[in-house]
Amino acid sequence: MDWHLLIAQLLNGLQLGLLLFLLASGLTLIFGIMDFINLSHGSFYMLGAFVCATLVEVTGSFLAAVVMAVIVVFLAGALVERFIARRIYRHDHLDHVLVTFGLILVFDTLAHLVWGSAGAAIALPGMLNGRVEVAGFVMPTYRIVIIFAGLAVAAGLSLLVTRSRLGMLIRAGASDRGMVTALGVNIDRLYLVVFAIGAAMAGLAGMLIAPITEASIGMGNEIIIVAFVVVIVGGIGSIRGAFYSAILIGFIDTLGRSYLDDLLGLFLSNQASETAAPALSAMMIYILMAGILAFRPRGLFPPAGANR
Amino acid sequence: MRTWVPRETTTRFYLTVMLLLCLVPVATTWSGQGFYLDLATRILILAIAAVSLNLILGYGGMISLGHAAFVGIGAYSVGIFSYYEIHNGLVHLGGAVAGSVLFALVTGMVCLRTRGVYFIMITLAFAQMLYFVFVSLEEYGADDGLLIYQRSDFGALLDIENAVVLYYTALAVLAGCIGLVHRIVNARFGRVIVGIRHNEQRMRALGYDTYRYKLTCYVISGAMAGVSGFLLGNFTNFISPEMMDWTHSGELIFMIVLGGTGVLFAPVTGALAFLLLEESLSSITVYWHLIFGLILIAVVLFGRGGLHGILLRLLSRGKSGRC
Repeated sequence: MDWHLLIAQLLNGLQLGLLLFLLASGLTLIFGIMDFINLSHGSFYMLGAFVCATLVEVTGSFLAAVVMAVIVVFLAGALVERFIARRIYRHDHLDHVLVTFGLILVFDTLAHLVWGSAGAAIALPGMLNGRVEVAGFVMPTYRIVIIFAGLAVAAGLSLLVTRSRLGMLIRAGASDRGMVTALGVNIDRLYLVVFAIGAAMAGLAGMLIAPITEASIGMGNEIIIVAFVVVIVGGIGSIRGAFYSAILIGFIDTLGRSYLDDLLGLFLSNQASETAAPALSAMMIYILMAGILAFRPRGLFPPAGANR
Repeated sequence: MRTWVPRETTTRFYLTVMLLLCLVPVATTWSGQGFYLDLATRILILAIAAVSLNLILGYGGMISLGHAAFVGIGAYSVGIFSYYEIHNGLVHLGGAVAGSVLFALVTGMVCLRTRGVYFIMITLAFAQMLYFVFVSLEEYGADDGLLIYQRSDFGALLDIENAVVLYYTALAVLAGCIGLVHRIVNARFGRVIVGIRHNEQRMRALGYDTYRYKLTCYVISGAMAGVSGFLLGNFTNFISPEMMDWTHSGELIFMIVLGGTGVLFAPVTGALAFLLLEESLSSITVYWHLIFGLILIAVVLFGRGGLHGILLRLLSRGKSGRC
């Protein structure tokens, strides 16, 4: 067995997991607190990537671009909350689905109008573009950067949620919305902040991945489904659940794609395993989701007291 | 004050629409506009899928965001059997129904244990799973899909290679599906389904095994969508995983809401409006999705009841004017 390859795949899995966490943590909060289905969360992922690409061109600095783009996406999230999402929190879920589906169309077309249909690449500064050697393994520097950035944001978010007053309100909102309102918290502002933070984190995920895959229209529409799976597996409203299930799904997806045909080869003929493996690895995370729901219908870590 | 409009009045309107649909091939053949016959066939086929979704969504309150998967299964049944040079139409149709029933049963068993947000996301996830499965199946063309060189063969009786025959077949299937949904929702079974939408706990307290009712309803709806996929595969002569993309499931929901959720004929007017809008907007500008998205948002924020709501308002205004 090739250990270098395995380590590389494990790191890829971790990287995917952390990106999924950035997307899913915002989603899970928006679901948990506002009981709002946001299909267009992936649009912020796309928006982050495109805005960052433009800002890199303008400022010439990747770091500055990321910081500014996060602010832009935060504001975009706040605008969407204030003028659209807020009006329909009280409607049923069907309306959420329709409006956010409409928002996807609007965002995708706006991106098409502003940035064209070709997509936008982000050039990394030389410092991040190289490779580093850690304990005999050669790895692209940028992947390490993504992993550390992801871990840092996860740690920061965890501190925010468990240690700050805002975090306390967020947790309280996730477990009993009515009580928080009754205690006189300005729930509108809480919702606005949660929505915008969620958008900003999705945008950050898009910015981090864009130098590898480049920004493209509709890039959020596929990964958002995986982020939904993460949210369901982790338990709606739970940041901790989102973290563990994002990492788990990141590993399973990456390792499944690279090792499943070897594994099946132990039981099946070579040709059969080559045909079955890609199909099966595409299904793995969904099978995992179904399996977990069969035993824990509300996910791995449903927030305490959540009664939905 | 809005006056009450008897249901017969709206039904008469919708039956007129259906009658007009019967005349489309006559008009297109007479004027030689084959393109419009294609568009109309497409409308009918998608209307069948929307009617099937309306059964679980409009009446049962189950918001499935994965209905395109069933359409895809039906289409792939045509494609895969044709790939092995089996052209018997009954085999294709049987495969479409059996495949979608099986998929509905297996995924329904998981989805229907959950409610609300979970249900929406899980139906979405399963549909996407099927999408990726077909993307990874190299044998059946993967991303590129398959061409269908010969439509399903039903013998000399029903030659669907002929566009007009295919149109009337789709229209007959649509009428059949509407009739079926009508029978279902007015039967005891359907009353239970509607009851579950209003208050599942109460229905359970009344002694109904709500899970089994919902599962049965879900399977029936899936089978109908499978039939529409069977027609779609035959109509386009081409299948690809893209047919199952979740945005198409979203479009089906949009059609229903555009027509008026939970109204028997609404999916037909919804599909009609949706595709005509799509056709006309996309001929004006490549950025038509923007307008489309804004219309979608506006329909939810301002236009309660969709086209059916507008119809009711028009009819009641006419009536109160006369009084």
